[in-house]
Amino acid sequence: MPEFLLPLIVLSPFSAAIILFLSAGRMPARYVGLLATGSVGLSAIISVILAVLLLSAPSAEPIRVTLWEWMHTPVFSAHIAFELDPLSLVMILVVTVIGFLIHLYAVDYMRGDPGIARFFGSMTLFIAAMLVLVLSSDLLCLFIGWEGVGLCSYLLIGFWYTNPANTAAARKAFYITRIGDAAMLCGLLLLAATVGTLQIDTLTEAVTAGQITPTAVTGTALFLLVGALAKSAQIPFQTWLPDAMAGPTPTSALIHAATMVTAGVYLIARLHILFTAATVAMTVMAVIGTLTLLMAACSALVQADLKRILAWSTISQLGYMFLALGTGVWQAALFHLMTHAFFKALLFLTAGAIIERVHHEQNIFRMGGLLRTMPGIAGSFLAGASALAGLPLITAGFYSKELILSSVWHANFPISSRFSLSGHVLWAIAVVGAFLTSLYIFRCFFIVFFGPLKKDASGHTPLLMAIPLACISFLSVFGGVVEIPDTLAPVHLFTQMLNPSGFFTHTEDPAWLLYAGAAAPLVGLSVAWLLWGRTSSVIQEIPGQTIIIRLTESGWGFDILYDFVLVRPFRFLNWLGRHDILDRMSSGAASATRRTNAFLVRFRTGILSYVSERTIVMTREGNVLLARMQNGRVRWYAAWIVTGLCVALASAVLS
Amino acid sequence: MPVFSFNDALLVAVLLFATGLTGVLVRRNLLFMLMSLDIMLNAAALVFVAAGARWHDASGQVMFLMILALAATETAVGLAIILRLHARGRPSLDADTGNLLRG
Repeated sequence: MPEFLLPLIVLSPFSAAIILFLSAGRMPARYVGLLATGSVGLSAIISVILAVLLLSAPSAEPIRVTLWEWMHTPVFSAHIAFELDPLSLVMILVVTVIGFLIHLYAVDYMRGDPGIARFFGSMTLFIAAMLVLVLSSDLLCLFIGWEGVGLCSYLLIGFWYTNPANTAAARKAFYITRIGDAAMLCGLLLLAATVGTLQIDTLTEAVTAGQITPTAVTGTALFLLVGALAKSAQIPFQTWLPDAMAGPTPTSALIHAATMVTAGVYLIARLHILFTAATVAMTVMAVIGTLTLLMAACSALVQADLKRILAWSTISQLGYMFLALGTGVWQAALFHLMTHAFFKALLFLTAGAIIERVHHEQNIFRMGGLLRTMPGIAGSFLAGASALAGLPLITAGFYSKELILSSVWHANFPISSRFSLSGHVLWAIAVVGAFLTSLYIFRCFFIVFFGPLKKDASGHTPLLMAIPLACISFLSVFGGVVEIPDTLAPVHLFTQMLNPSGFFTHTEDPAWLLYAGAAAPLVGLSVAWLLWGRTSSVIQEIPGQTIIIRLTESGWGFDILYDFVLVRPFRFLNWLGRHDILDRMSSGAASATRRTNAFLVRFRTGILSYVSERTIVMTREGNVLLARMQNGRVRWYAAWIVTGLCVALASAVLS
Repeated sequence: MPVFSFNDALLVAVLLFATGLTGVLVRRNLLFMLMSLDIMLNAAALVFVAAGARWHDASGQVMFLMILALAATETAVGLAIILRLHARGRPSLDADTGNLLRG
């Protein structure tokens, strides 16, 4: 029974995508939404059934299905094979349930758009590819899903392709993730060459048994890390995600917040045994995660565009996950991934509802006082914002962030044999990040919903959009109770499920660690209230365009740096090629000869004049001769090729 | 016992190839140029078959089948190009009229 259901979960959205693409807009818009939502809903139901089957089974044996053998050589073989264990179970539940709610929301949000079939086709294809990514038990099969989600992301960012800015954003996202994909492919090839298979089980066994040399492990881990960093928009690849907000809002919610960008986190969690063996990669990961979370939180603090605030916030939260992964507690990263999927999807969907009702205005400084006109939306945004900030006890975000913070405190990151980075430093930065998170999201909340009414909101939010918002609000408030720190109540359902043998918790933690983690968001909330919340608020607009603010707002100048270091030289090479420099040089030489000749003729220097005249004639005749060779007739070109071949053969044979 | 020796086969192949080459170079009709190309391909295929027979190796015949498929594909693409040209209002089979790239 489960062996039959597992492929069906991928097949359902995939077949819907094929039908939607082939129908090419001939289907009525109502049926398009129904088909897409229904197929993802079917997947969600199947994943719930599978979850019940897997968790109720007495032995914690993962469900394995091998569909077919993809390739087979004496030294290497790859299968299309799926495997459902607790780790992928969490992922498919997040992908299908959140995906279903977002599809339901998009039915109303995208109604009336002429490209609705294309939109839903790409969305369902994305769900199918993401499910392949999280279910496959072979890294090569995982790579299919990895590339598939990248493709769908590209298609959906450039969905409104008539605006050049949107297609530019789509291309940028594609190029930057492609750098990571190339690195990841290198890692996979290295693994395949050293171990001879990309089967995840075999790989982890080989790593545990020490069959791979430490150099190969470190190299592979670093290559895969680069791939994961690019997919998850961490430093130095973070520049594509804010621009990716050009796509429709349901896309931003599903792909660029809840699921696709967490693929990197999933990959590292899936291969955590390999990464644990490579301490260098772990340290790099933790440091990059910490830097990213701090930098992205600062950027989010000065944005004026509602969706860009959420995009930077996504990067920042992914930084937390990478910090947890670098510390080695992949369970905490996965827990934060789940709660982040809830509250960030909620924030994006709410933002979409707000933007639609204020006539597609995205600048938060032109909104204000929306609390009176849309109290329901304000409620769900508040739920999402509190979960993102991690307000203590009542939100899901608090529990997941707390799990990460408490693990980081005890960690130690060796840099060299004598020197090592203490986890306390990273812990402190992460707490500062939590404060900033709360500050920027409540800044956004107060500016949008409080203060004087600046822009009229029209219409009302349809029921089909309100239902998903309510469901996800519920999840982001109560989704965290599956895992509670020991200081409050020893509930460890989530980590128990992922790792039945036991998750190491620090029971001897001083209680003030927990209080510090809980206080940071509250302090942020109060500061945000002081600065932006009161009616006579201290700061309404962005304070003076100082250099630091401008730098932070544009993402720390990474775009400009990449423009100078990478894009400009490439453009220059392209320009060289297009203007045919060699041709220019020869024609320059010809005109120089002509001018010299004119100069000489003017001075009537007998013989020289004659020589230069002959040069002109010879140049012209040579030109005519060469031009005659380029007569555009294919048969002549073929004849030249044959002549050259004959001469080369003759010289080779006769010499 | 092969009827033809390897050298005979090579000679025939060279003759075939030369015929095809001459056809490509001399004929202006696109259809005949395509046919001549096929003759050249067949000459190459003949060498493969002959070499396969000479060294008792079946891969020569495998390569022949691949060349056969290649020739079919190439002819199909060539004929499609001619049809497209015709459909775009250029009803000429003269290869020399398509010389827009002349210097």
